[in-house]
Amino acid sequence: MTYAAVAIAVLLTAACAMTLVRIVRGPTTLDRIVATDVLLAITATAILAEAAFSRDPTALPVLVVVSLLGITGSVAVARFVSREQDS
Amino acid sequence: MTLQGVLDAVAAVLMVTGALLSLAAGVALLRFPDLLSRMHAAAKPQVLGLLLMLTGCAIRIATVVDITTMVLIAVFQLATAPVAAHMVGRAAYRDGQTRTDLLLTDELAPHLDRFSDKPDDKPSRFPATPPE
Repeated sequence: MTYAAVAIAVLLTAACAMTLVRIVRGPTTLDRIVATDVLLAITATAILAEAAFSRDPTALPVLVVVSLLGITGSVAVARFVSREQDS
Repeated sequence: MTLQGVLDAVAAVLMVTGALLSLAAGVALLRFPDLLSRMHAAAKPQVLGLLLMLTGCAIRIATVVDITTMVLIAVFQLATAPVAAHMVGRAAYRDGQTRTDLLLTDELAPHLDRFSDKPDDKPSRFPATPPE
């Protein structure tokens, strides 16, 4: 199980690093929003992996909130981007 | 090998697969050329990666209360991820931020005039002077 934990940690860290590179490089706001959504999903995956390896369900309600509210940021910015194009 | 050992191995395989999907999305975000293909890759850890990780977690933490919470997480994620992707894709297409040379078909192109955001060529639903 320890090998699996190390493998998952390495994979998720590499994925987070590449997603952060996309957030920094852009080039458009919508690219950054998509990358931020992926970063949120990877974070939720990491929290779940921690809960699974330590058999500790304390963090699971946090993930309920994250999966419900993760939508708001991208929807708001998507609206904002098309509104900005109007004016 | 005990039953607990088999279950742990299955959970480990599921969770490593979910982490591999996250890595695939990270690589795709760097390598793919435009927004729509990046969105296609971005949905993998949001839906399948999270579901695989939830399944592994449910095998490791096998109590009814926590599995109920995990089912709620899965339902909320499956309900909200397509809405966010739809809004982002809609904003990108309307702003012309998609690379049309990469598209095989563009079924929206013949109907561009119906959702144009430019105010001068959009027929006004509210006339400036109300009819007498």
